Amino acid sequence: MTIADAEKVPFYLNPKVRAVFFQIGVLCMVGLLAWYLVSNTLTNLERQNIASGFGFIQKEAAFEIGESLISYGSADTYGRALFVGVLNTLKVSLIGIIATVILGTIVGVARLSSNWLVSRLSKIYIEVMQDVPVLLQLFFWYAIFYESLPSPRQALNPVAGVFLCNRGVAVAIPEAHPAHAYILSTLVIAIVAVFFLRRWAKTRQEQTGKYFPVFRVGLGLILGLPTLAWVAFGSPTAMDVPVLQGFNFTGGMTLSPEFIALLLGLVLYTAAFVAEVVRAGIQSVSKGQQEAAMAIGLRPNLVLNLVILPQALRVIIPPLTSQMLNLTKNSSLAVAIGYPDFVSVANTTMNQTGQSIEGVALIMLVYLMFSLSTSAFMNWYNKRARLVER
Amino acid sequence: MKVFKLCVIAVAVIVFASAGLSMAGTLDEVKARGYIIAGVNGGVFGFSMPNEKGAWLGLDVDTARAIAAAVFGDSDKVKYQALTAVQRLPALQSKEIDVLCRNTTQTLSRETTNGLNFVQVNYYDGQGFLVPKNLGVRSAKELGGATVCVLPGTTTELNAADFFRSNDMQWKPVVIENTAELNKAFFAGRCDCLTSDVSQLAAQRSVSPNPKNYMILPEVISKEPLAPVVRHGDDQWYDIVNWTVMALIQAEEFGITSRNVDRMMKSKNPGIQRFLGVTPGMGKALGLSDKWVYNIIKQVGNYGEIYARNVGPDTPLGLERGLNALWTDGGLMYAAPFR
Repeated sequence: MTIADAEKVPFYLNPKVRAVFFQIGVLCMVGLLAWYLVSNTLTNLERQNIASGFGFIQKEAAFEIGESLISYGSADTYGRALFVGVLNTLKVSLIGIIATVILGTIVGVARLSSNWLVSRLSKIYIEVMQDVPVLLQLFFWYAIFYESLPSPRQALNPVAGVFLCNRGVAVAIPEAHPAHAYILSTLVIAIVAVFFLRRWAKTRQEQTGKYFPVFRVGLGLILGLPTLAWVAFGSPTAMDVPVLQGFNFTGGMTLSPEFIALLLGLVLYTAAFVAEVVRAGIQSVSKGQQEAAMAIGLRPNLVLNLVILPQALRVIIPPLTSQMLNLTKNSSLAVAIGYPDFVSVANTTMNQTGQSIEGVALIMLVYLMFSLSTSAFMNWYNKRARLVER
Repeated sequence: MKVFKLCVIAVAVIVFASAGLSMAGTLDEVKARGYIIAGVNGGVFGFSMPNEKGAWLGLDVDTARAIAAAVFGDSDKVKYQALTAVQRLPALQSKEIDVLCRNTTQTLSRETTNGLNFVQVNYYDGQGFLVPKNLGVRSAKELGGATVCVLPGTTTELNAADFFRSNDMQWKPVVIENTAELNKAFFAGRCDCLTSDVSQLAAQRSVSPNPKNYMILPEVISKEPLAPVVRHGDDQWYDIVNWTVMALIQAEEFGITSRNVDRMMKSKNPGIQRFLGVTPGMGKALGLSDKWVYNIIKQVGNYGEIYARNVGPDTPLGLERGLNALWTDGGLMYAAPFR
């Protein structure tokens, strides 16, 4: 066979043509299947006289929701009810993720501690929490709450302004005061200032070698500026204390048993996994790195910050992302203990409207959005962590 | 995990809805299968709950057994599927079950936008409130600010919202999908009151640790006609389920019980002769054997017997007949003529 023969390969044997052909073929099949399912479903829903479409979003929901970050009443629309659910899911996920990372890091580091007791305790924690299904843990915390705590009329009052009862935890919060807005804005200013200070200190150190105590100065700024603002506006100290009125506490801030049980369950469960991720990350940095860093005279905290952590983070971040996603998705178990998260509200909506296909589509869409934005953020952070090393 | 389950349901709905076009009627499917799949509550004593030996008992269960007796001549040919309030309607829509006997309230939107049909009512109920006696509340109007345990996806949830809104009272719902979990939370004191249909409140109270410590408030805030449900568009199956419930009521009116039904076969009354199939015709019209009513009454009993043994005054629920008495006794139970 000559080269000329080889060039005259018929077009249907050309690998490039074939690749494109099959890809188009597969695409057509998937498209056809989707079209078949959608059109057939619509015809059948119509035949069974089941309503379809998203028109229900505009209708009055007519059901009440236990807790909400925005004002909501049964006269509001399904759309607003669903939004309340989204916010509730975001609330528990966001607080949960932050608490999980903190607790997980502590337990993970403790696992490597040279102290026998500390490392054993954290090992026990990890093993127990990982092996008990999270749904059981939720039931457990919820039951502890309503079984063991007294009714509001006999509420426990361990610290002034804090009331524990089977309706939740009522906490005193500072009474609304114009100073609060200023305190909050000075806090934001302080955080931005620290961010730039850190950049400046880094550049200066790279150019001149002079070290600047960013941590101490930064802490001073973040604590000091809001305190100054507080003093400047007459240091308001009035507190909004919860008071027993009728059946329950009014005033202050109340955290429901459902929210606390869900948060506790999710955080304690996921933190066990995060602890293992952190431990694996730290152990992935070879001991020689640490010894080398100490040999050139770096202090222990600098060894951790400049040598160990940048390399460990590389290993930690990808599995950490998946744990965050897990926590967000597991928050849908809220239905079991009655926290009005998005799935719970969507469930009720589906049942009251009878439109389960639309409802499930919404649920999938919302969780997809949560997951994609979490991974987008973590990917961005991962990229930064990668750039830091070498 | 919850999300996953919902996805599975959605896919099932889509697949079954799309496969529905070529399917035969429910009666043929049921006959081919050899048993009926009935959706029940599974957690309400007196209506549908398995006993300690695993045998299903209750008013709704007996309704399903009556349908099986009518179709197969054997009231045991039923498979029970316990469903939550949220799952029940999609389960029926997606053909997972043949009939829903799960204290479900007949409403306009369920019959129209949900694509379902309710048959003859088998229990007339109304929504009430259960409170611990030591709460010191004597009327539902005093419940302003209360925390209320309620099942999601029910008419109860909507009625409660309407009730508090129209009386200008604040309230806080605690919404748990699983009936058992919800009741546990209420009896442990998580809520000030539990709201549901009065029959269910009586049922939950009867199985609670200290039934004497709880009372049902006098207000009944809604009408809850509870009826078996079938899918829209299968008229033959609708007729069978509908007339099975009617037959239970009519039998009581005729005074036919499971004990005297054999003697009643010899009755001279032409109405009873038609009813029991001594004069043939009724069963055939429904696509069933002419002995269908005889089988129902012989194996399950009439409505009065079913009521008495499951929820009546001599049971732990202790519910008087009230609205559920025969029309001849001042109640609402009234069957159309069997002719």
